[in-house]
Amino acid sequence: MKVRGTVQGLIANLVQVKPDGPVRQNEICYLQAGEDLLMGEIIKISGEIAFVQVYDSTRGVRIGAEVNFTGDLLEVTLGPGMLGKKYDGLQSDLDAHEGTFLLRGMRSPALDVHQKWDFRPLVQTGSMVSAGAWLGEITENGLPHKIMAPFSMEGQGKIAEIKPAGEYKAADTVAEIIMTDGRKHAVTMVSTWPSKLALKAYGRKIRPFKMLETGIRTIDTVHPMLEGGTGFIPGPFGCGKTVLQQAIAKQAKADIVVIAACGERANEVVEIFTEFPELDDPATGRKLIERTIIIANTSSMPVAAREASVYTAMTICEYYRNMGLRVLLLADSTSRWAQALREMSNRMEDLPGPDAFPMDLTATIAAFYARAGYVELTNGKQGSITFIGTVSPAGGNLKEPVTEATKKAARCFYALSQRRADSKRYPAVDPIDSYSKYLEYPEFRDYMKEHVSTRWIAHANEIKNILLRGKEAADQINILGDDGVSIDYHMQFWKSELLDFILLQQDAFDEVDMFCSVTRQEFMADLLLQICQTEYHFDHFSEVRPFFRKMINSLKQLNYAIFESPGFNRILEEVRSMAIQPAEKSI
Amino acid sequence: MQTSVINRFYTDIHHITKATISLRATGIGNEELALVDGRLAQVVKMEGDMVTLQVFSGTEGIANDAKVSFLGTAPELEVDERLRGRFFNAFGKPLDEWPAPTGRKREIGGPPVNPVRRKQPNTPIFTGIAGIDLNNTILGGQKIPFFADPDQPYNEVMATVALRAKADKIILGGMGLSNDDLLFFKDTFRRAGVLDKIIAFVNTTEDPPVERLLVPDMVLTAAEFFAVDKDEQVLVLLTDMTLYADALSIVSNRMDQIPSKDSMPGSLYSDLARIYEKAVQFEGKGSITIIAVTTLNQGDITHAIPDNTGYITEGQLFLRKDSETGKVIIDPFRSLSRLKQLVIGKQTREDHPQIMNACIRLYADAAEARIKKENGFELTDYDIRTLAYARDYTAELLSIDVQMDMDEMLNKAWQLISKHFQPDETGIRQELVDRYWMN
Ligand SMILES: Nc1ncnc2c1ncn2[C@@H]1O[C@H](COP(=O)(O)OP(=O)(O)O)[C@@H](O)[C@H]1O
Ligand SMILES: [Mg+2]
Repeated sequence: MKVRGTVQGLIANLVQVKPDGPVRQNEICYLQAGEDLLMGEIIKISGEIAFVQVYDSTRGVRIGAEVNFTGDLLEVTLGPGMLGKKYDGLQSDLDAHEGTFLLRGMRSPALDVHQKWDFRPLVQTGSMVSAGAWLGEITENGLPHKIMAPFSMEGQGKIAEIKPAGEYKAADTVAEIIMTDGRKHAVTMVSTWPSKLALKAYGRKIRPFKMLETGIRTIDTVHPMLEGGTGFIPGPFGCGKTVLQQAIAKQAKADIVVIAACGERANEVVEIFTEFPELDDPATGRKLIERTIIIANTSSMPVAAREASVYTAMTICEYYRNMGLRVLLLADSTSRWAQALREMSNRMEDLPGPDAFPMDLTATIAAFYARAGYVELTNGKQGSITFIGTVSPAGGNLKEPVTEATKKAARCFYALSQRRADSKRYPAVDPIDSYSKYLEYPEFRDYMKEHVSTRWIAHANEIKNILLRGKEAADQINILGDDGVSIDYHMQFWKSELLDFILLQQDAFDEVDMFCSVTRQEFMADLLLQICQTEYHFDHFSEVRPFFRKMINSLKQLNYAIFESPGFNRILEEVRSMAIQPAEKSI
Repeated sequence: MQTSVINRFYTDIHHITKATISLRATGIGNEELALVDGRLAQVVKMEGDMVTLQVFSGTEGIANDAKVSFLGTAPELEVDERLRGRFFNAFGKPLDEWPAPTGRKREIGGPPVNPVRRKQPNTPIFTGIAGIDLNNTILGGQKIPFFADPDQPYNEVMATVALRAKADKIILGGMGLSNDDLLFFKDTFRRAGVLDKIIAFVNTTEDPPVERLLVPDMVLTAAEFFAVDKDEQVLVLLTDMTLYADALSIVSNRMDQIPSKDSMPGSLYSDLARIYEKAVQFEGKGSITIIAVTTLNQGDITHAIPDNTGYITEGQLFLRKDSETGKVIIDPFRSLSRLKQLVIGKQTREDHPQIMNACIRLYADAAEARIKKENGFELTDYDIRTLAYARDYTAELLSIDVQMDMDEMLNKAWQLISKHFQPDETGIRQELVDRYWMN
């Protein structure tokens, strides 16, 4: 028997409903508004009233309107056919909607259950399996997509039947599992999972240790991100959060990229829609869109669904991670999600915490970040979810609840500075305030030594050192004046400027400069540090600037040139003769 | 707006606050309109049969036996080609003596555009102002505000931009607009001979502030009609969005909502985004471009209103007076057009991105030199050159009274940096230096 209810009261999209039977927290229901069926979720139960947040406009809803409860929590549909899709926050396929506008109550299935896939079994009848076990495989966009034992399965079960290789519809049963108590699970290629609960069904979580290559120097060389790592990018508007995140989405060495456009500009997702089908994924030769899933709940789409959107995205990530893939989740912006929580908790007249955010904000954010990570699956294979969120601090002030809560949860901090952005020093990641805690991970150090470079970590520390000394020198020069300090201060300052201009700054819109391979990054770090370690002799402070300006200019040309091309080598020669040679040539 | 179908009325008001009244009524829809003693009101809350209405013009003098009649619909606008050339108040009532045009009724504040039905903006709007065209190129379908202190000539600059923009329709939303400014807009449009493509919805300083909450929705409903149904390029002007946000805070404070930063409602971001996100390039020819004004308090952009706006809009044009030259400029540091990279160097000359950035970087160096100078330090030769450059750059390019076309601006920029600097001081790609440097 389905539980029904009637609307007793409402303010904005918070609706009070009196159900005629038992309901549970976070249960989904549908509210009749004229012709439209509006989806909602119970977010509080008090006495005989269920408080429902409706994921749509409640215009025209009347007292006494009928509500049907589903008994289910908010669920994500998982299966082949999701790659390249553009979903709203509740996983409706936006391409499937007709018309120009997102009319109220419009929903469309997340994937086509009738689509046929070429199935290959990976287990035999009689094998024992547990939740998440790989039973079979199909290929989607060149990627192996595992068909897994139900994630909710408890304990072991025996494969009673597994379909032979062949074409099946996503909704066809491809395996049957019998549990020890005799219960049966019919397994299709499609499953569901409640998005607010972490989908686990893996073996164990281990500490991240592999670098996630992004091609962005200020990240890889100075503040590296790891596969299965977490990071966040706070910054005032216009400082480059979105550009940086989109660069990561395009370039990072990940198998699957999920982008949660959460309460930000629609035109920014349109940019992704437009560019990603054109851009090549260098790893596979396919188009970037083929490895990407976009959850677009932009700022004028319903606020409650914005809150759901990040969970939808994370659940999809967990699904692919359990296939042993490297998944990257980018959310822009997590502050909009926090604001959605705030709007609702204010409407419910909950006791407010700092800046009127809900009291449990820190816990909510921490729990979300905890769903990322590097895991070993039950079959010994590995998978990861790397999560990078942007934070949009009110007034650009980092002492606000969302930034502070996120700082506790994320291991990498990419602080964007207004001053850098104002002087067009992009990416505006402040090299001194930012950090990657992974630099201290022994497993990461070992991995880099063994697989990438013995000098990588030392480079990162040396670079930060020079930048810090440069900053101190700049402060001194500002206080005492150009001629009030020794020439060494000027040199220190200009060496840090050199690193800033050539290593930290990177033009996200230049075809060549936008991506810097690991090999090239190491080469550049070697070259630049060699220059920084060279002692130059100047007679007067005024000679320092022109010398370094000139060198910076040549090195910039080097950044614009294709690595190891004739042009590159020519500029390199020029730089070498200018820089590494003894100092007499300096003027 | 339809006010004739009066289906139910009540005379027993239970509760009156500054902004709202509550009464017992049944069969009422959320956000439905009502007339309370002849004043327009809207349902904002229902609890059992207790309905709370927000009275737009305030509740002063309303008696507890005042007549309340429900109108059966949310706010609507009748859209038609004949809206053009007309000025209306916030409720869509004509400000002239002619009747409002009849047409298809549209609920205002309609649903958002499906993101997959949007097209990426790619048509530049040239204004002849270097602070825009050169440094912050704006596109059709973009949303961008002027950030300006109240003493800056923002309405004048906005009118200039509007007239150059070659739009099919210009729809003005005035919120807390002074009568002088309203007359200024009318006069400017009349003299430019474009009155027949202007539509205005105006809440003046003489009208109750809460009424202006309807203005953006009215404007954008009309804009969607012309952009979607008529496939037209529509330019929307909203001035002043700070006064709009102030009205939001008045309502939320009167309704006892918990204020967040700067006594603004916690939903300010969503409220503003709902408006600005109506800017769009549709798949066809139709588009809605929004140029707004957000007045600042002494240049403070960390205040909740400009701050939330900046997070929503596709950049901002920061209007200020340059103290050295006395010229009004669009500040190259704080201003930004987020969509410019879609066209610069592609639809404009190849050197545009690099020369623009070089000019701004050198201008930043000048700002540092100025600080040095103010602190009494000796200036280097480079410092002195940057200062001289900054003066020229401000007076000959940035000043909003300078008018040029795109190529002239680019040439001027090369001329200025060639005059004051050496190529290797600019960081510009060698090929471009070879091609454009002026000796
Ligand atoms: N790496 C970069 N290279 C060049 N320009 C950049 C870079 N990052 C940001 N920008 C400039 O800054 C603008 C704002 O960046 P965006 O990422 O949208 O800011 P945010 O998301 O922090 O508000 C962009 O439109 C672009 O003009
Ligand atoms: Mg952004």
